[in-house]
Amino acid sequence: MNTILFYSTLTLYLVATICYMAYLLKPRPILGRAAHWLIAGGFLLHLAFTIARYFEAGHTPITNLHESLSFFSMTIIGVFIIFERKYHVFILGSFVTPLALLLMLASSQYSSVIPELPPALKSKWLFIHTTLAFLSYATFAVAFGAAIMYLIQERFLKKKRLGSLYQKLPSLDMLDDINYRCLTLGFPLLTVAIITGAIWAETAWGTYWSWDPKETWSLITWLIYAALLHGRLTTGWRGRRAAYLSIVGFFILLFTFLGVNLLPGQSLHSYERLLGGKYR
Amino acid sequence: MNIVVVGLSHKTASVEIREKVAFAPTRMEKPLTELVALPDIAEAVIVSTCNRVEIYASTHDAAGGMARLKRFLADFHGISLDSLEPHLYSHHGEAAIRHVFRVASSLDSMVVGEPQILGQIKTAYGYAAEFRSSGIILNRFLHKAFSVAKRVRTETGIASSAVSVSFAAVELAKKIFGDLSDKTVMLIGAGEMCELAAKHFLNSGVRGVMVSNRTFERAEKLAEEFDGRAVRFEDLFDHLHKADIILSSTGAPHFIIGARDVEAVIRRRKLKPMFFIDIAVPRDIDPKVNDVDNVYLYDMDDLQGVVASNLQQRAEEAKKAEGIVDQEIGQFFKWLSSLEVTPTIVALRSRFEEVRQAELTRTLAGWKELPPDGQKRLEALTQAIVNKILHTPTSHLKQTGQGGRTDLYVDALRQLFELETEQPQEEDLGELEE
Repeated sequence: MNTILFYSTLTLYLVATICYMAYLLKPRPILGRAAHWLIAGGFLLHLAFTIARYFEAGHTPITNLHESLSFFSMTIIGVFIIFERKYHVFILGSFVTPLALLLMLASSQYSSVIPELPPALKSKWLFIHTTLAFLSYATFAVAFGAAIMYLIQERFLKKKRLGSLYQKLPSLDMLDDINYRCLTLGFPLLTVAIITGAIWAETAWGTYWSWDPKETWSLITWLIYAALLHGRLTTGWRGRRAAYLSIVGFFILLFTFLGVNLLPGQSLHSYERLLGGKYR
Repeated sequence: MNIVVVGLSHKTASVEIREKVAFAPTRMEKPLTELVALPDIAEAVIVSTCNRVEIYASTHDAAGGMARLKRFLADFHGISLDSLEPHLYSHHGEAAIRHVFRVASSLDSMVVGEPQILGQIKTAYGYAAEFRSSGIILNRFLHKAFSVAKRVRTETGIASSAVSVSFAAVELAKKIFGDLSDKTVMLIGAGEMCELAAKHFLNSGVRGVMVSNRTFERAEKLAEEFDGRAVRFEDLFDHLHKADIILSSTGAPHFIIGARDVEAVIRRRKLKPMFFIDIAVPRDIDPKVNDVDNVYLYDMDDLQGVVASNLQQRAEEAKKAEGIVDQEIGQFFKWLSSLEVTPTIVALRSRFEEVRQAELTRTLAGWKELPPDGQKRLEALTQAIVNKILHTPTSHLKQTGQGGRTDLYVDALRQLFELETEQPQEEDLGELEE
């Protein structure tokens, strides 16, 4: 059942992404609408998959790479749908859905066996901490898509090459605004995610902060976005500079999410370690 | 029934000629009633815009009808036909249909794709409807033309990009700022282009206008005209940061705004974007300004480049539009020819014959003790009834066919008896209310 839900979601995302890509090439409104409903349908299936998995496992399905990648993908699509509806820009999908699709494809490569969770981690904090973290990741992913669109559109306007892609991309102002909204939404989410993480760490491991690689990199990510938000609010960093920082921030975020697993030093957050159940 | 078109346009006549034959929109009753009073002319619509004057009419005699329309145009405006004739074009049948579809779709316009012409034809049709000079043929014809134009507009990108320098500037501003309603435009210097562009920006809803000029009185006058604010030229850089869009067209022989100036201004604005439009030749603004972050500078050449590429794009879209027109002509022409008398009589007869045969077969099938010559007699009887019934309408149709309004009868007959014709859909009748 879960497998069917997972692959149906993957298929809908795939078709929707193809539609969004086609929309990039041919500005038929029907393509945009079709893509929008496909992705919305995919999201509902994805939500159903996640909930089913939650009940099967007895905890938030976020404890191995298969689950986490899928969860990340789902939050991206959820946040994206909200922004797409708010701003009425289908073309945002052409830049965001491929990312979610890639995450799903990556997720499908990992074992979907439900891991046995050590008792220390079985707590409501698992749900709160991880959901908040992934929601913030997702808004930054949308900001990343908007930033790429901004840079493309900005280049067209500066170089005075006003082709068909230029016609289709929204105004710089709107793209910058999406970026800003994502930041003002994502940053508090990330902050609270880190705080709840610290509280949970205290209850589970007895210390708020242990400079675990994941914690360190989360802090770096947080600092980048804090700098961007600060720059925006005080000196009016906007446009290109904000776009570049959003892109840099997102790559660091991706590293925080995935790269930490690859670091030689063992992270408490590493998915293998999580399952190994050997803590200090 | 035939559709004919007689007229002239920017392609065949200079403005001196066009204005001589133009019809005043407030006085359409007289020409329209005179037109339909002419022999041969059954219905008429007059389209009179600054770029074209055309009469669309339905007639039984295409050649005679066209000649009459030409004569009418000359006589009505009191000019000699000889001097007018070389500028006139006339079409009938399929060519006339194609012409009107193309005009309505803005394929024949001076600026291909400009949207006004459709509205102008709708207005012209409105007059014809008001003064009852339009009937079944032109009604359907023009509605068809409107729906063709609508298809062209939605299915091709023919009208999707700006083709004048000032519109191109407005579109660029929209791509930079999105909503213009909280933006301020500053005019530096005064020139026709500059004023025109400022008007376009005002029409697009910008919040305010500032005007700066070397002669302050001139600035004040212009500011008043735009309901804006005058700024002394010496104080320009104290006010520049308040402007989002800057239109410059001074007569200065050198740059009046340099990259350094703009860097200072944009810092003062907390990096809020600025859009400089330099329509002066020689240029007013140093091209290096375009390299400043969040600043966009377009000069006259850039804007003309935008227009040229848009025009090229329109030309490509126009090809698609011609294809749509071709498709629709066939459909409409089918309906038009269905209004001919002879095929209608044939169709009517065969419909009656169908009924007669069906009823006869049914009766004969259940009739066991039919006398030997019974079948023959019944055949003769039913045949006679059908012939008698059809005689009067048929001869009426044939008579009116010599010059009356057969199309009305034919259309009514076809609808009453559901004789097969491909009817154009009525989906666009509501369009006029737009």
